Amino acid sequence: MSIQSLDPRVTRAHIEENTQEGMQEPLDQLQTYEVFQQKKRGTHHQHVGSVHAPTAELAIVFAKEQYARRGVCVNLWVVKTSDIFITEYEDEDIFSTTPDKYHRDPESYKVMDRIKAYKEKQLQQS
Amino acid sequence: MYGNAYVETDGKQVNSLVADEDPVKLAEFEARIAAGEKIEPMDWMPKEYRRQLIRMIEQHAHSEIIGALPEGTWITRAPGFRRKLALMAKVQDEVGHGQLLYSACETLGKSREDMINDLITGKSKYSNVFNYPAVTWADSAVIAWLIDAGAIINQLTNSKGSYGPYCRALDRICAEESFHLKYGHDNVVFLATGTPKQRQMVQEALNRWWPPIMHFFGPSDKASVHTETLMRWKVKMASNDDMRQQFLNMYVPKIWDLGLIIPDPLLKKDETTGKWSYTEPDWEVFKQVINGNGPCNKERLAVRRMAEEKGRWVRRAILGENARYVAPLS
Ligand SMILES: [Fe+2]
Ligand SMILES: [Fe+2]
Repeated sequence: MSIQSLDPRVTRAHIEENTQEGMQEPLDQLQTYEVFQQKKRGTHHQHVGSVHAPTAELAIVFAKEQYARRGVCVNLWVVKTSDIFITEYEDEDIFSTTPDKYHRDPESYKVMDRIKAYKEKQLQQS
Repeated sequence: MYGNAYVETDGKQVNSLVADEDPVKLAEFEARIAAGEKIEPMDWMPKEYRRQLIRMIEQHAHSEIIGALPEGTWITRAPGFRRKLALMAKVQDEVGHGQLLYSACETLGKSREDMINDLITGKSKYSNVFNYPAVTWADSAVIAWLIDAGAIINQLTNSKGSYGPYCRALDRICAEESFHLKYGHDNVVFLATGTPKQRQMVQEALNRWWPPIMHFFGPSDKASVHTETLMRWKVKMASNDDMRQQFLNMYVPKIWDLGLIIPDPLLKKDETTGKWSYTEPDWEVFKQVINGNGPCNKERLAVRRMAEEKGRWVRRAILGENARYVAPLS
């Protein structure tokens, strides 16, 4: 029996009630792209999420619909998720500042002590 | 029942939830959540945390997609061009919410194909409210106002949860929901302040939708170790009853403001406790509808199946040769 609906479009489509139609196979939902959005000229592009799309061109179309329907956007990038290389959170410690990196830290340059000592010495000598 | 953590009562040993988890990792995981940190897809997580999130986010995603159907019914017959445009925009937003949520769920390891299969075979559920028909234009107005109001309460609550991708999707979703709510309220107010015929239409729609609305947040949670664990893991952020109370508190006065009658003679607020009392919803009916016997279950799934089936050749034709599926990153 086909579906009778309040929605005339559904009734007209003559959809059968119990079929095995529509079952998904791998890649039926295409591949994934990560989306980067620039909200304003002069700012960085930011990752905002992903879309499923068959090609980069269509990924841009879907990204515009999904992430730039309203609000501000001046530019979009998409890149295949499979092309992105990532670090592991487990290795988070590679980013932490260790004592052997103090030479990168402006705070680690303390010249005032030396200048003070130098000035005192000058005074004593005069 | 929208995107609610849901505890099975199949008598499974609750202590076995985390029995085979590494206690050190589990302690680190729980400390991170207690400190307010978000869990990201690549982080270690207990199997039960992953399982419950998949189920909850997937159900939420299906609710958005199926929820677009009863309202979509009225796009072609919306009264006036502006309302037609607004309804199309709202329905597009809902489908967009579904996409965001499917992506969030995919980061936990379930492919979109698997989720859609589980939807169309009836294995995964979606919110029971969408198994009811939008009989008149007034029904679509009541849905956009009150069902979306319930959805906002649920989504704002869940957006404070612990899983990063779900929270980020919800932040985006909540920003769009305020338009839905305003749009729905505008439509209800227009009818309620209109001709006697229009008032009657909106009152009848409210009568039809009140029981599903009371079902919306699901039955009272059973106090159990399982529920407690899900709350500690910030998967479940509020009890179903608390969300229902919040809904009643915010919206009953607004409905009464319009001179509409809510079809529950026991509905009233206890001014000392601030709690609402009401006729206990019929949970047997709720169960029946969830399990496939509501007025529109068959139609909703049939329409979904048809869309997947008829769209397949297009998707196949445009898919590049070297396509490779990888779960979204975050
Ligand atoms: Fe939504
Ligand atoms: Fe909505």
